[in-house]
Amino acid sequence: MARFRHLISIDDLSKDDIIYILDRAEEFEEIARGRKSNLLEGKMLANLFFEPSTRTRMSFEVAMKRLGGEVLNVTAQEASSIAKGETLADTVRVVSKYADAIVIRHPLEGSARLAAEFSEVPVINAGDGAGQHPTQTLLDLYTIRKESKLEGLKIALMGDLKYSRTVHSLIKALTLFNAKIYLISPESLRLPEEFLEGLKGDVVEAKLEDVIGEIDVLYVTRIQKERFPDEEEYRKVAGSYRITPEVLRDAKEDLIIMHPLPRVDEIDPAVDRTKHAKYFDQVFYGVPVRMAILTEVMLD
Amino acid sequence: MEKKLVISKIKEGTVIDHINAGKALLVLKILGIGPESRERVSMVMNVPSGKMGKKDIVKVEGKFIGEEELNKIALIAPKATINLIKDYEVQKKFKVTLPEMIEGILRCPNGNCITNSREPIAPKFRVFLERDNVVAKCYYCGRKIKEVDRFIV
Repeated sequence: MARFRHLISIDDLSKDDIIYILDRAEEFEEIARGRKSNLLEGKMLANLFFEPSTRTRMSFEVAMKRLGGEVLNVTAQEASSIAKGETLADTVRVVSKYADAIVIRHPLEGSARLAAEFSEVPVINAGDGAGQHPTQTLLDLYTIRKESKLEGLKIALMGDLKYSRTVHSLIKALTLFNAKIYLISPESLRLPEEFLEGLKGDVVEAKLEDVIGEIDVLYVTRIQKERFPDEEEYRKVAGSYRITPEVLRDAKEDLIIMHPLPRVDEIDPAVDRTKHAKYFDQVFYGVPVRMAILTEVMLD
Repeated sequence: MEKKLVISKIKEGTVIDHINAGKALLVLKILGIGPESRERVSMVMNVPSGKMGKKDIVKVEGKFIGEEELNKIALIAPKATINLIKDYEVQKKFKVTLPEMIEGILRCPNGNCITNSREPIAPKFRVFLERDNVVAKCYYCGRKIKEVDRFIV
């Protein structure tokens, strides 16, 4: 019996469910690296993307294909042409006739929850507007567990904490594991106070130079140009939230740096060569994590 | 003789008492009672009340409104009491209880929420108390509403 039929929000999972998925992902690592598997042979996954997202789509596709399954890719352009003014509810009903599970990305918040109501097959949310992107959160947690530790973790989240859905979901999940969370952001991109209401956790604002010597994980997110009134203001802020080898001088030996990618200027490429850089490994870990989720919802 | 503003007793129907002052019109809206409704409805607003300071009262004649329907009132009047009247006597008296989920009464303030697009669904909210205030959270997008009466449709 599957633990969940759909995966819409990280909030739908208990700590126990999360650990279960991470443990399962561990078992899929070898297959993610290329060992042959036919676990999902004969199964069809529909990637229903109403917004472009090459990275997430590729990751799901690789996970499915390496498990012997097949993928029906519906790109943003095709998705809107299928729609031809029809409702998302109808599009999902149609696609669920062709596939054994649907991965959906859509610009409106709550769209994945709606899709799950109308689909005859399991739905996995791959991002609904500024809402949820649970598989990203799970692969972040997996990376932390693999490369650092989940219990008793000290982590700094840096960059755009106001609009980043990745950060919001990750904070919620990390509080389940009693993490000490430092928030580092420009004034205009602080975590909304409302977000912290009702959240039981050790979450405080900090400056990177004050905590760099004690944190286990530095999670960096992109600061987007469009969040600023003018180019100059953006350059000023972005420049002071940039990770360079210099900034890492006082870091712990085993500090890891993560980033949901794509990065722009926030991590100096010189950091890639340090032992701290884990953002490309993080990409790989997305595959076994998605394998764990796909098998959970598609196999009895 | 002292002149008093009173609403006469009703023979049969539903009396909703202890409505927060000023919310009676919203109560009617939630119950779907409007200009097209055929029931005889009387309403008093800002009546002095021992417990509440001021309160509103609504009487709907000739109709027993279902408990589930009435509980929706708790969204804006969590202290409301209901009297079901038959032959001028109170047949049943109860306090409204806040439902866990409500459908179709509120609209989501998030313009980017799927419920505000052309989909065959009614907006749905989880409702709960937060520091004695009724708060609603969109079932689809998760947006929280703290001033629920602003978003009643």
